[in-house]
Amino acid sequence: MTIRTEPMTVNVGPQHPSTHGVFRVRITFDGEDIVEVEPVLGYLHRGSEKLAEERNYVQVVTLTDRLDYTSSMINNQAYCLAVEQLLGIEPPPRGKYLRTLAAELQRIASHLIAVGFFVQELGAFGTPLMYTFRSRERILDLFEMLCGARVTVSYMRPGGVFADTPADFWPALEQFLEDFEGELEEIENLLLSNEILMVRTRGVSPLPADVAINCSVSGPVLRASGVNWDWRKMAPYDAYDQVEFDIPVGQNGDNYDRFWVRMQEVRQSLRIVRQCVAQIEPGPVRQELPLVLRAAPGAEAYGRVEASKGELGFFLVSDGGVSPYRCKIRSPSLINLTITEHLLLGWKLADMIVSLGSVDINMGEVDR
Amino acid sequence: MRCVSNAEGMLSADGVLGGNPLFYFIYNAVAHIAPCWLSYLISGLVIMLILINAVLLGAAVVSWGERRLLGRFQNRVGPNRWGPFGAFQPIADLAKLITKEDIVPYGADKLAFTAVPIIMVAAVLLGTAVLPFAKDVALVDLNVGVLFVLAVSSLTSIAIFTAGWASNNRYALFGAGRAVAVLLSYEVPVVLSLLGVVMVAGSMSLGDIVAAQAVPFFLVQPLAFFVFIAGMSAELNRTPFDVAEAESEIIAGYHTEYSGIKFALIQAAEFGGVLVVSGLIATLFLAGWAGPAADWLGWLWFLIKVFIGIFLFVWIRSTYPRLRLDQIMAVCWKFLMPLSIINLVAVVLEVFFLRDANGSLSTADLWIMAGINIVLAGGSILFFGRFIKEKVRTEAPTAAATNQVVPGVSTIGMR
Amino acid sequence: MTLPAVSGETLARRLREAAPNSVVEWSEAAVWVEPGSLDSVASVLHDDAEIDFKFLNSISAIDFVEHFELVYHLTSISRRHTGVVRSRVYGREEPTAASVVGVWKGADFQEREIWDLMGVRFIGHPNMKRIMLWEGFDGHPLRKDFL
Repeated sequence: MTIRTEPMTVNVGPQHPSTHGVFRVRITFDGEDIVEVEPVLGYLHRGSEKLAEERNYVQVVTLTDRLDYTSSMINNQAYCLAVEQLLGIEPPPRGKYLRTLAAELQRIASHLIAVGFFVQELGAFGTPLMYTFRSRERILDLFEMLCGARVTVSYMRPGGVFADTPADFWPALEQFLEDFEGELEEIENLLLSNEILMVRTRGVSPLPADVAINCSVSGPVLRASGVNWDWRKMAPYDAYDQVEFDIPVGQNGDNYDRFWVRMQEVRQSLRIVRQCVAQIEPGPVRQELPLVLRAAPGAEAYGRVEASKGELGFFLVSDGGVSPYRCKIRSPSLINLTITEHLLLGWKLADMIVSLGSVDINMGEVDR
Repeated sequence: MRCVSNAEGMLSADGVLGGNPLFYFIYNAVAHIAPCWLSYLISGLVIMLILINAVLLGAAVVSWGERRLLGRFQNRVGPNRWGPFGAFQPIADLAKLITKEDIVPYGADKLAFTAVPIIMVAAVLLGTAVLPFAKDVALVDLNVGVLFVLAVSSLTSIAIFTAGWASNNRYALFGAGRAVAVLLSYEVPVVLSLLGVVMVAGSMSLGDIVAAQAVPFFLVQPLAFFVFIAGMSAELNRTPFDVAEAESEIIAGYHTEYSGIKFALIQAAEFGGVLVVSGLIATLFLAGWAGPAADWLGWLWFLIKVFIGIFLFVWIRSTYPRLRLDQIMAVCWKFLMPLSIINLVAVVLEVFFLRDANGSLSTADLWIMAGINIVLAGGSILFFGRFIKEKVRTEAPTAAATNQVVPGVSTIGMR
Repeated sequence: MTLPAVSGETLARRLREAAPNSVVEWSEAAVWVEPGSLDSVASVLHDDAEIDFKFLNSISAIDFVEHFELVYHLTSISRRHTGVVRSRVYGREEPTAASVVGVWKGADFQEREIWDLMGVRFIGHPNMKRIMLWEGFDGHPLRKDFL
């Protein structure tokens, strides 16, 4: 006798504890196995690109904060680079170093969230998440010192950063770097060789390098598949040509590799921060610019950075006015979602959540 | 007084409830103004009321303690607003849950949906009926106590399945399916592990098992202890076996649709379940109320041992990620099963060779068994642990053949 | 500090050999191609050993009122250079261009987004539905005539 079964369609999200916001994916299950996947986006669409056309070049910075709200600094940086490229200006060295420093701190914070939630989705009840959030909290405190805001920072401006550091920032940063070494070690000891974590993630949802490249995947997900492609190395911006760091590269592109690459990148970011602290020198932080910026009519610029999720690009087109004629945002989270189907098909419900977590999407950036 | 010296021998207080002194006291007091059968009923109800309230209050304390402990494990404070150390937090939670709207989802089977929390709480309460809280203090010392406990703990799986079916929710259905699979599978090694305990104690009565523990059974049968804790973690739906209510995967599993007082009851049943299972662990493996001055302080030793059990569960919960369903099944059938069978065979042989003429075991015999079994447990856990590691791990594909590493860029590879 | 860019002229020369009638014009920075031949252009650039654009960074659409312009930013991972391909799409009712999803899977969501917000339909896309807004939404918000 055979038991008759029928597939069951489930809407995972937009209200679900682990879809990183309001991501919705329609999944058809055969038992617990996934047979059909359809991502549905747009629940957080705010029209940032349209809004940018109505604001002047400096005001758009505040919009970029709200794209990937876990890595606002890096969004600021990407946009400012694009504007600088458009206007043909360059920030002073201290401004460059401050931007690099802030961006790397933000990358640490963002990767800590990614790792924490990744393990949370594996079912660890809060403990790793709290460990990572403990360190992230310190970074946000540092940001508060820099610019008065913790999440929506708007710290950077075309031509540098908007203010120099307060006097007590540097001792606080030193203290953080000192403490974070131990905290990171604690997290690594807890997670990197955790037997259950390995059993759950090794070999699950592998992503071959050629598929990753064909799907335009970028960031840690691409590097986990074995491609050492990092825009900080390939086309160094700000102060990245002055600092040394390595690119962690995975082997199989499975969930464990993606997790591992993030953990290693935190270490590398820490290295960069240390070098920035050692190399930074006093000086102006922002190039003198008119209050309202204007670019030449017909000027175009594609500014990109290696954000915590992948390649974040701003494509700006000018018509000579005070605001961008077109501001296209190339968001890594949206394009990394192209591989959803590849990652999920054939795996189980429990793996699905973990695979989505390992891609580390942020809905503010996916829907913009 | 007339009822106690009941000449007809009907409805006498003698011999029921293990000769519970509290029962005698209430029975005699009520008997002054009420007929025998009524005083019998009233005193029984009073005892039950006390027990039920004790268990529910215990569940509240467990929920508070668990949250405080988790807070400590996770570098945070935990509930600390109301009462000393936030101890009244469960009361606040309950007040909130009771005043919430009681929602029965559209398309749900209302009767079955409502019955679930009641069945779950009832199963937990029934489990406490046979627990000896101190020397000779149990609601009833059944001579088939172990069997009774196992039977009522299986009631939960029926309730969970009903919840999943009646909720008209696909996440609940997932949770129910997973829960039933896990509960049915883990019943087997748990029962097998308890067979060894029963065999050494020579009785199924929980009171006799405590009395038989001249050497606590977690030393005599470390394998059974291990299997029992693992199996009970699975039956309580706690990490690393909490697939049935895997919060990050299927919202809350079978109780996704429950709200208000029904949700409160399910929570009470869950925390009460932790309490009862910790009580069972204390009774079966940690020598229950036994300790210095056990006649007077038995309740204290029992309580301390229960808290050890609760602490163990909270510790495990705060440490480990969750296994996948198929891996949990593999752990059950390929790891815990063999371990419990090894334990059973070893105990059978040891009891057969060590018992004296009238079939009982001396303390020395128990120590000999402990020595043999601890070595056996270490060996077999190591052996099967390595075996199960190979089994549950997904085959990693060979290194991506198409690795496109750009030369001239400093890269760190894995391992 | 950026990667070397393949000049539009080089791209145009290569394209005229492999995909005739596709090139419209070229400049130092980019090459303009016919929107209808984008798919063949894509496969040429993807497969060519010298150019080797395996990685599609982004597709942008710009509304220049008299026409739409599609901008493809491309990167070669093994050759370490970048390039830009552009295409002018005329018409405001329902302008169409050829889809490149067959060549670069990464274009999937971006082309859907362009259809959704800019109203350029891609022929050959397997799932040409709106992505951010709901089906039945009136108009395409990123167009300049959408208030």
